[in-house]
Amino acid sequence: MEIKTIQSEEEKLIGKNVFLTTLDAVFNWARGNSLWPLTFGLACCAIEVMAAGGPKYDFSRFGYEVWRPSPRHADLMIVAGTITKKMQPLVLRLYEQMAEPKYVIAMGSCAISGGPFVDSYHVVPGANTFLPVDVYIPGCPPRPEALLYGWLELKRKIQNPRVVKK
Amino acid sequence: MGENLFVGMAKGLRTWLESNHFLPIVTDVFLMLLAVVGVLGFLFLNALFLIYYDRKFGAWVQARLGPNRVGPRGIFQTVADTLKLFAKEIFIPNNVDRWPYLLAPVLIFTIPVMLFLVIPFGKGMVPYDLNLGVLYLVAVTSVETIVLWMAGWSSNNKYSLLGAMRSVAQMLSYEMPVIFAMLSVVMMAGSMKLSDIVAAQQKVWFIFLQPVGFLIYFIAVNAEFKRTPFDLVEGESEIISGPYTEYSGMNFALFFLAEYTNFMIGAIMVTTLFLGGWNAPFGWTFIPSWLWFIIKMYFVITLYMWTRWTFLRIRIDQMLNFAWKFLLPVSLVNIFVTGVGLYLYRMIRW
Repeated sequence: MEIKTIQSEEEKLIGKNVFLTTLDAVFNWARGNSLWPLTFGLACCAIEVMAAGGPKYDFSRFGYEVWRPSPRHADLMIVAGTITKKMQPLVLRLYEQMAEPKYVIAMGSCAISGGPFVDSYHVVPGANTFLPVDVYIPGCPPRPEALLYGWLELKRKIQNPRVVKK
Repeated sequence: MGENLFVGMAKGLRTWLESNHFLPIVTDVFLMLLAVVGVLGFLFLNALFLIYYDRKFGAWVQARLGPNRVGPRGIFQTVADTLKLFAKEIFIPNNVDRWPYLLAPVLIFTIPVMLFLVIPFGKGMVPYDLNLGVLYLVAVTSVETIVLWMAGWSSNNKYSLLGAMRSVAQMLSYEMPVIFAMLSVVMMAGSMKLSDIVAAQQKVWFIFLQPVGFLIYFIAVNAEFKRTPFDLVEGESEIISGPYTEYSGMNFALFFLAEYTNFMIGAIMVTTLFLGGWNAPFGWTFIPSWLWFIIKMYFVITLYMWTRWTFLRIRIDQMLNFAWKFLLPVSLVNIFVTGVGLYLYRMIRW
């Protein structure tokens, strides 16, 4: 309880500082509007990501189509598919190579909890066991609309950090 | 009225400064600085717009809509991207050679800025009219490869090194056809001064007198500035991002911006050497010369984008073979034919 009150007092002090908050707002606006994803896919969900980039769903409308091959340039990691125990350290390394601020979307039931393979001897039960996941998109695989919705939810989360904290 | 807009502004400022009894050197320096600021503004705004235009054009080619949510028709998309990169962490890996690693993104942007020194933007609008303008362009363009080599070597990453090696190979082999295609233009114009070359195209553009030279130049410049059929330096699917792999945040943004500025320079060089520079076609002088220049520049840029979104990336051996076994002999033959033609033309005239 005490920790929470201290935080809110700090936030009040920050709120008085007009310059800081507006600069934060500008950068959050920019971050939310240019989430460059890292080019990689783990399983069939990646096919749906490709479909979302195609002419019918086209996430380039929101400015998200700049796929970056190098993790140093990317902002967003879409964990699209089953994470096997062999793949898990590589996914973690890719995440650690990304520059801050970085976000993670867990797409599909495999990335959320292991999905249909959760009982298997070689499947990691969910991306949140080793990554800080921001948005979960359920489905097996989720449709492109669902991916777009999740992506826009992440944008909302970035642009309104206060709402998320509460 | 529009024709003398910028020249008139400079003249008015000069007379105002002189009437206020400033030292002549102060006046000169001030006006030169103003020209530099103007050119830099032109460069940055165009590079920002070009990134947006490239994404939009690619979307149209692929029957998509392209960025349209940030600002009207997505025009502020690049602004958002730049701001984000501005606030992103600059990641410096442990084993890089710090000096070259940090210097490369700074130097990469000075080269296109230096190139703008000799470009005739409009009637009487040359920042500095060098006698050896063409030679200057060729010389400064090829310095870029040293900067890319710095970035690739100092990153201490195998992909960066491979990309840098490719950039050197590419620059070495495509510099030849570029120079020979330029040489044929210089032979026709009889001068290496860019304003003279533009003036020589007042009646007939060199694209009609030098169609083969134009094609060679168009292709080779595309390769020199690493646009898509020849973007092996960046080659995403093979070597991550080439020399840019280890850069993040603003360092990467500078490389990104420099790439598009170089692209613009390529279009400007094609415009100046082959499409008559700021000369108005059909005597349509009601549009001012600097606007003609920009219109032609964007026409060439659109052609290059069309190429980019149509063709696939070729392999490194195919690319080098194409340069040494096809473009170079053809450009040599082109020079020979141009020389004979000029000689015959003179004989007939006299």
